[in-house]
Amino acid sequence: MSAVLDNHGHAHDPRDHHGGYGGIMRWVTTTNHKDIGTLYLWFSLIMFMVGGVMALVIRAELFQPGLQIVDPDFFNQMTTMHGLIMVFGAIMPAFVGFANWQIPMMIGAPDMAFARMNNWSFWILPFAASLLVLSFFMPGGAPGVGWTLYAPLTVQMGIGMDLTIFAVHLLGMSSIMGSINILTTILNMRAPGMTLMRMPMFVWTWLITAYLLVATMPVLAGAVTMTLSDRHFGTSFFNAAGGGDPVLYQHIFWFFGHPEVYIIALPAFGVISQVIPAFSRKPLFGYASMVSATTGIAILSFIVWAHHMYTAGMPVAGQLFFMYATLLIAVPTGVKVFNWLATMWHGSLTFETPMLFALGFLFLFTLGGFTGLVLSLVPVDIQLHDTYYVVAHFHYVMVAGALFAAFAGVYFWLPKWIGRMYDETLAKWHFWLTMIFFNVTFFVQHFAGLAGMPRRIPDYPLMFETWNKISSIGAFGFGFAQLLFLYVVLKAIRSGEKAPARPWEGADSIDWTMLPTPAPYHTFETPPVIEEGP
Amino acid sequence: MLKKLALGVLLLALCGLAMAAEWNLQPAASKIAEDIHGLHEWVMALVTFIFVGVFGFMFWSIYAHRKSVGHKAANFHENVAVEVAWTVVPLIILVVIAWPVTKTVIAQKDTSNADITIKVTGIQWKWGYDYLKGEGEGISFISTLATPRDQIEGRAPKGEHYLLEVDNEMVVPVGKKVRVLTTAADVIHSWWVPAFGAKQDAIPGFVRDLWFKAKKTGTFRSQCVELCGKDHGFMPIVVRVVSADDYTGWVAAQKKIAAAVADDPNRSYGLDELKARGEKVYAANCVGCHQATGKGVPRAFPALDGSKLVRGPKNEQLALVLNGKPGTAMAAFGKQLSDLELAAVVTFTRNAWSNRAGEAIQPSEVKALRK
Repeated sequence: MSAVLDNHGHAHDPRDHHGGYGGIMRWVTTTNHKDIGTLYLWFSLIMFMVGGVMALVIRAELFQPGLQIVDPDFFNQMTTMHGLIMVFGAIMPAFVGFANWQIPMMIGAPDMAFARMNNWSFWILPFAASLLVLSFFMPGGAPGVGWTLYAPLTVQMGIGMDLTIFAVHLLGMSSIMGSINILTTILNMRAPGMTLMRMPMFVWTWLITAYLLVATMPVLAGAVTMTLSDRHFGTSFFNAAGGGDPVLYQHIFWFFGHPEVYIIALPAFGVISQVIPAFSRKPLFGYASMVSATTGIAILSFIVWAHHMYTAGMPVAGQLFFMYATLLIAVPTGVKVFNWLATMWHGSLTFETPMLFALGFLFLFTLGGFTGLVLSLVPVDIQLHDTYYVVAHFHYVMVAGALFAAFAGVYFWLPKWIGRMYDETLAKWHFWLTMIFFNVTFFVQHFAGLAGMPRRIPDYPLMFETWNKISSIGAFGFGFAQLLFLYVVLKAIRSGEKAPARPWEGADSIDWTMLPTPAPYHTFETPPVIEEGP
Repeated sequence: MLKKLALGVLLLALCGLAMAAEWNLQPAASKIAEDIHGLHEWVMALVTFIFVGVFGFMFWSIYAHRKSVGHKAANFHENVAVEVAWTVVPLIILVVIAWPVTKTVIAQKDTSNADITIKVTGIQWKWGYDYLKGEGEGISFISTLATPRDQIEGRAPKGEHYLLEVDNEMVVPVGKKVRVLTTAADVIHSWWVPAFGAKQDAIPGFVRDLWFKAKKTGTFRSQCVELCGKDHGFMPIVVRVVSADDYTGWVAAQKKIAAAVADDPNRSYGLDELKARGEKVYAANCVGCHQATGKGVPRAFPALDGSKLVRGPKNEQLALVLNGKPGTAMAAFGKQLSDLELAAVVTFTRNAWSNRAGEAIQPSEVKALRK
């Protein structure tokens, strides 16, 4: 195998590495997919911390009934910005970071297809994030309308709302450019012999996700532009007095918003589909059915959006259609879960941290899937809509789903990226603390929701006090556990043990088998020839 | 040993907690709510069964197929029969789930043949109730949070129905089909009574409907469930279900009160009388944004104390309060308050804190401005 190792053996000219720049300018001007992947990942981690602090402000206020720490207006700003920052600033960029690092190495390409556009798609993000944060300092503060930005509440907001709208525009542009880049790279730059059905599952999930992004981000941009125009240019898209309809906004938003759930979930499925076979020492079960299940989920995700709107009022035929379509999604999702379990079945399992996070994902994501099934039923949803049950449900999918998968990905690929191992003991602590405190925080929210606690309230009736206390304690534990993650990553970078060429014996995609560890700055400048697939 | 003991105590404490706190759907008081509970319990039982089964497999793998116990990996990665089975079986389970649910969906949507029709209007941040049809036709009132600010801000102990109490409760007779039309004056709100399994967004400019038929008498409490701005958490919904006789009595009493308190717009009121009334109106309608101190919230809600507008010509201030300020949280109170209440609250703001107009505004002046 070493014969095909792309060892990048020629003389080390620094210009060759970093485009002639050092220091900060290296990062500003870089067109290297690995540098850009790193930028995405650090950006995402910073946003994760910022959004996390906002979550802790929310949980601190909710620790006991009454208003103690923040006023209701600021509370609403916190829930809004926590949601926007976590979805658009933390989770999405994290998976784009993985895509940048891994896709070229997994398909045998030297870099992304549009290297300069890649640089631009990243560097838009810090500006978008700054706009979001700046909105706090505008008259009236940041918008307090929830991350869904429902009209016509948005029309009442101050200038912070406009900054948020522009931030969403920028984030959308970044995502669309990133997706076009990923699509083009996957479709055009695969090494000879790397047929579509030989690609690692992570690449497949990103191929489908990129299509979803290209299809839905413009829809979101349209929705917020209509809001902007209602606010300032006298239109009435969402104003009944001028012939518009506030519910129209919800339809447009969720036509983006539901596929968005899978934009976040599918790359997470991809990471899990790399990790579980590696630590089971057994090929992924049902590769072809995984591909069809992923495609099926993506297609179905376009016809279920109104299940977020059962209480907005729609005809009985509409409610039934969206309920049946939503139930259908359980089938391909179930196929994926069964495939992962069958991959483990009669494997030779070990439980390093990436595997622990993958198992945590599998267990808790399925739990979130089941509460999703409960919520898909119209009468039950009408009872639970806009309560903490929904909050618990989507945190099981977004945190235990996407975030756990992101942690699994970082621990799995970190040795390949930096050539050093993380501290396994501390990383396992990170897993167990995260796992335990996640459940302390969010499991009890199911009960509060069932008992009738609405979402997005800064103060609550006395009967919900117990659950909120437990949840707040869990949230602070969860928050501090993430500082441990930061420490583990920094420690690995500074003083981690040198990683062997193949630290995970079961990992068999070409980034592990054909490249040295750490991966050199330029890889696969000569395309490898692929003779077999997974 | 000690560790085990501590763990046991902790588990017991958690169990006790679960008993003490509300952890399930509120007791049902209507057929639809009972159906919802039944569906929820049935689906929960089903998914728990599947969950245990599926993850039994996972934990068996984790237990038996570990490398550390010397398990060698098999190499299978396909099995058409199994794959077809785990696609088709869930599909069948879904059909089994969907069938009873469909019946409830259709029943829940059938708002025809109501005995009483009531329009509910979501207003930032209170509810308006108008009895449109059936016994009690013509009754109309606004329902506002009755919990004192002192309890919210922690200066007084919190009462039993903290945040779930209102000045005017919606009253309906037991066993009668009540159709509720929801709409809103400003932004989207959502009206919900968990005990009836009834929830419907209130959308400005549109009318939606729901229905319920209470099976028993009692007071049922809930809150707005759609984020509607600053005081979203402070606009409760309270429905009191009474017997048919009590309802007839309540309707009669309401009509009498309405006649008695019908303010005579031509009467002239003294300054102190208006200020006292105005302070109450202020506490119910204005204090959320403009604060008890009249200082507002910097950069969000303007101060009234020392404000140019409040110290300026009275008609300008009256016009703003009557018509609101579009694009802000300042509502058009002309639709919500009577001439007397408006005169009183404006008089109050012009004579409170450091404002010293020393002049009373009469309801007749408000009436004149309304045209």
